[in-house]
Amino acid sequence: MTDRVRLSIDGVEHEVAQGELLIKAAQDTGTYIPRFCWHERMKPVGMCRMCLVQIETPRGPAMITACTTNVADGMVVDTTSEAVKRSQEAILEFLLANHPLDCPVCDKGGECPLQDQALAYGPGESRFVEIKRTYVKPIPISDLVLLDRERCILCARCTRFSEEISGDPLIEFMERGNLTEINTFPDHPFSSYFSGNTVQICPVGALTAKPYRFRARPWDLERVESSSLFDTAHPRVEVHASQNQVLRILGVDHPNLSHGWLSDKARFGFEYLGSADRLSTPLVRGGGRLVEATWPEALEIAANRLQLIKDEDGGGALGVIGGAQGNNEDAYALAKFTRVALGTNNLDCRLDDTLSSHFLAATVDRALIDDLDTSGTVIVWGPDLKEEHPTLYLRVRRAAQELGATLIVVHPRATGLDDRAVVKLGYRPGGGFALLDEIAEGAHSDVSHALAAAKVTALVGLASLADDPRLPESVAALVRQKAPGARILPLSSRANTYGALDMGVAPDLLPGRVAVGAIGCANLAESWGDIPSRPGRDTRAILEGLVSGDVRGLLLVGADPLRDCPDRTLAGEALEAAEYLVSIDAFVNDSNREADVILPVAVFTEKEGTVTNLEGRVQRVSRLRPAPGQARPDWAILEDLAALMGVGLGLGSAETIAKEIADVAPVYAGVTWDLLDWEERDGVVVPMTGDQPLNHIPVSLEGNRAPRAALTLHSARVMYDDGVRLRHSPSLSRLAPGAVAHLSPVDAPKVGAREGATLRLVTKKGEGEFRAVIDPGTPAGVVYVPLNQPGAPSLGADAVVRVTVVT
Amino acid sequence: MTTLVVTKRMAEHPADSHTITRYQATGGYQQAKRALGMTRDELVEEVKASGLLGRGGAAFSAGLKWSFLAPERPSYLVVNADESEPGTFKDRQLLERDPHQLIEGLIITAIANEAHHAFIYVRGEYSKPARRVQKAVDEAYAAGFLGTGIFGSDFDLDVVVHLGAGAYICGEETALINSLEGLRGEPRLKPPYFPAAKGLYMKPTIVNNVETLSNLPHILALGSAGYTALSSSADTGTFMMSLSGHVRKPGNYEVPHGITWRELIFDIGGGMRRDRALKTWIPGGASAPWFVPEKHLDLEITKDATAEAGSMLGSGAVIVMDEDTCVVRAAERIVRFFAHESCGQCTPCREGTSWLEMILRRIDEGRGRAVDLDLMLDLGDGISIGLEWPPRMTTICPLGPSAVSPILALRDYFRSEVSRHLEAGGCPFPGGHIAGEEEEEEE
Repeated sequence: MTDRVRLSIDGVEHEVAQGELLIKAAQDTGTYIPRFCWHERMKPVGMCRMCLVQIETPRGPAMITACTTNVADGMVVDTTSEAVKRSQEAILEFLLANHPLDCPVCDKGGECPLQDQALAYGPGESRFVEIKRTYVKPIPISDLVLLDRERCILCARCTRFSEEISGDPLIEFMERGNLTEINTFPDHPFSSYFSGNTVQICPVGALTAKPYRFRARPWDLERVESSSLFDTAHPRVEVHASQNQVLRILGVDHPNLSHGWLSDKARFGFEYLGSADRLSTPLVRGGGRLVEATWPEALEIAANRLQLIKDEDGGGALGVIGGAQGNNEDAYALAKFTRVALGTNNLDCRLDDTLSSHFLAATVDRALIDDLDTSGTVIVWGPDLKEEHPTLYLRVRRAAQELGATLIVVHPRATGLDDRAVVKLGYRPGGGFALLDEIAEGAHSDVSHALAAAKVTALVGLASLADDPRLPESVAALVRQKAPGARILPLSSRANTYGALDMGVAPDLLPGRVAVGAIGCANLAESWGDIPSRPGRDTRAILEGLVSGDVRGLLLVGADPLRDCPDRTLAGEALEAAEYLVSIDAFVNDSNREADVILPVAVFTEKEGTVTNLEGRVQRVSRLRPAPGQARPDWAILEDLAALMGVGLGLGSAETIAKEIADVAPVYAGVTWDLLDWEERDGVVVPMTGDQPLNHIPVSLEGNRAPRAALTLHSARVMYDDGVRLRHSPSLSRLAPGAVAHLSPVDAPKVGAREGATLRLVTKKGEGEFRAVIDPGTPAGVVYVPLNQPGAPSLGADAVVRVTVVT
Repeated sequence: MTTLVVTKRMAEHPADSHTITRYQATGGYQQAKRALGMTRDELVEEVKASGLLGRGGAAFSAGLKWSFLAPERPSYLVVNADESEPGTFKDRQLLERDPHQLIEGLIITAIANEAHHAFIYVRGEYSKPARRVQKAVDEAYAAGFLGTGIFGSDFDLDVVVHLGAGAYICGEETALINSLEGLRGEPRLKPPYFPAAKGLYMKPTIVNNVETLSNLPHILALGSAGYTALSSSADTGTFMMSLSGHVRKPGNYEVPHGITWRELIFDIGGGMRRDRALKTWIPGGASAPWFVPEKHLDLEITKDATAEAGSMLGSGAVIVMDEDTCVVRAAERIVRFFAHESCGQCTPCREGTSWLEMILRRIDEGRGRAVDLDLMLDLGDGISIGLEWPPRMTTICPLGPSAVSPILALRDYFRSEVSRHLEAGGCPFPGGHIAGEEEEEEE
């Protein structure tokens, strides 16, 4: 085979892939060559010189860096010769000459590559008697990361990460020689959504993270592998806790997901777990207030009232919103509880802000994330991936930057991927269908040309609140029409939404993405008994039903519709109108503040289970610590509630639920915890058996056009918002941009707005004051408002906005 | 006596050798015109046959270098006029006094390497040479020798004169390319970034020194046979040497290869100032290991003879030191230069050079320890394994190992002088300076 080469490493013959770097080939065949600057996911720079090895050449032995040398047939490598040992000792002595020996107080101490390799390959003592380099330290280079330049060994891992991987080159080398340092540019902090990765890959303690700094010694930490729910790709993580407090989260290099990189939200969004505001006992309403109650009391009250409504008006008078925050086992329990105990299909894990359940869960030929690596063309028409889908952002970036994919980005304003896009199309929020028609008619030849490429992957989702929720499906339909083999990835950004849909937490889906209907219900009859066979109400219909009185009782499961529904007015009226409100949640939030009963729930790191990501990959999440007080997993609460309503759900434990899922949900057949724990540790992608055709739904554009003197409102989610988990994570909550309205430099003078001015924004659905940001990334005629910001009034899903200057 | 080649015009017409009028009046630009009628292969073969060695320091066959150019196009030509090796000032004279000779060489090289864009990267401190070159480029454009369709042919050639920003390392060809691209001046990894394959903007690139290119019109005019006949030794053509230090007549000299060091220092250079004894000299720029009279005075000045003696001709810079020179201080000054100019990429160079500097300064200031010379040699061994020349580097480029050369001189010839520093608690030379500094005013 020509793609394999034979080489000898320390006298042992190996056959390895051609083109591989020597350091990697050696590692894979069992020889560890020490290194600092080399990182498997970044380009080699050969700077630290730690990986020097000796090879035979026609001109005698030569020293080469294993991280910059490709293997070659017949190569003879010596990693332990006298010269190699000599150079390793020298490199370490040079590195330690100016490195402070403050290991006892350094975060990295105990897991430090410099410490470890000094012990293994170093000279054992220093002959440096001069005064070490000193710098002011530490200096904060962002809100989350601090830099200690004295500890820095200048390996360029952080600078390469920010340039090659995350695309925000905000840290760089400055000065030269012995005075070389890493730093940020004046007035440009390292405010990257991915800054925490640099802390993880720093081979010394030069970069430290504020939330973890001085909090623990690595050998004291208990650890467990899990998947982050702050990103619907569910990047693999390792969670570390001490004394039952989660102290940090590290990325794990999962080959098919994020390659070990994490957004700062996924990395630092753990503080809410230990928040003093976490609910630890059930609360019931008494004397107009929420008061603590025992589980039996609270459950009995909740069960009785739900039963009463069901008895009087049938299950249709009850509705359930939520279920996307828990594990698959919790979602399955919720789907079963709603159908079997409440007797209704009024159930939805979506909050009226995303795509149809069939499109999300059952699209034919749904794309895998790995499809990006082999795509000739990637089209992203949807949210700014950098804000809502950080793992996809990094993978799309890599595809376009390193792997040569042609990237097309369609979004109403600037996005994080624009610099890598070959074609970038904007459109007036709400006017997506007009652009789609243009593309369909061939008006954009560059797009048509790119869609004719060998392999097309389309990532589609809602780009703006002003867009019609049916637009993404029409986009997908057009892509399929132009590129019949195209793979489609429909995007939704809430925690375990895809898992919840797969488990049937939708008005029209049963476990395993089976449609609600006679056949689906009949197939479930053996384990679930008789259940309603007509699709129920989705979130919007449940809220409307509450307002009209057709729905009387509401169960919220980890949901905060008042915050998360685009139409907050409707959500507010619905909650007001609800006759009875039960909430299963970890916090008191805006929506359950007036609940009759709140049942405290165990969350991430507090329960075992599985989750399913946006490509259908099922992975294990694990328990590391107890839930606070008496909080319990959703499924256990639901099982008890059902029992008090006279129905046995027969769930037993999370693991037996997993077995039941494997039994009743056809596509989950065989996906057991044992399989995931032992054989398929990278998870299993459940098969796509969906047969949902993609529909291009013509939608009238009338009514979405902004009249003269008005601007078009573009509302979209951003990484940091006022969601309940972030609100209780102080390190991140302060990063939310707040109540801001972005105006283009063209419109700002027209309305008389300066940077920082207070603006009054008025729509049909709401109004309020915002701080003006003059933003070249926002096109003329558009006002961009990040959604769900602390202190920000709701403007609703209305596209027409009037802007006036207050001060 | 010597046949002058590249300095002939400036010697004969000192007043206006830099003007296009004089250049053309003395046969200028005829060879560039001729080259337009030659193929790439013919030009490469002619230059190979001439034996022309690169004059930037590495002394690599210029024709061979051209032959390595990868077939991908566009290709680029970069003229390395970042003359910054301490003691070297010959390119400066060629730039200032005969810029059209360089441009003609540039045109020939561009034709041979099918490059339509050339960059002249001039050392940042060379403001007058840069002005002269820019003016010459402007004149050549006006005359139709550069730009679209040069000399009325269908060959286009644009030239950009770019000023560096004061970094020694940018004389290293890949660091120079980085600098041209607007990046940090840091050498690139070789492999994979050999300029002939992946150079400027990742395209095949030829980087040649000023003196190298200045020879080309003469090679074409004389023919390779006529050019090789200029020298009686294995190294062909003439060689420019920048002679400095304690000689009576410092300056640039164009000499034939094959004369001896004795001839250079005592005949051409007029001998030692004040008839003091010759203590040591650096034969090829601050990077080169030093020579001493008792071993090296009658060696031939050729690439091979110098290499066999453990040093190099490098950039042709000869720094001569007399008996009153404090070699510890001289070594410290050179090591300090390299520590200051280290780009900072490679650990051994970044940390090692400044550590060596600190030790030398300590010895000079009377705080030396008996172990210090061995310590320096051991540190040097960590930068340049085995302490040989040419070095077995632990670094990307030879800057770090260059800083070890003075330490080798201390080991080989001046161990006792280091000991005298330790015993005397400081520099044993009067005034404790690099001897010669105070004498400059007198002469």
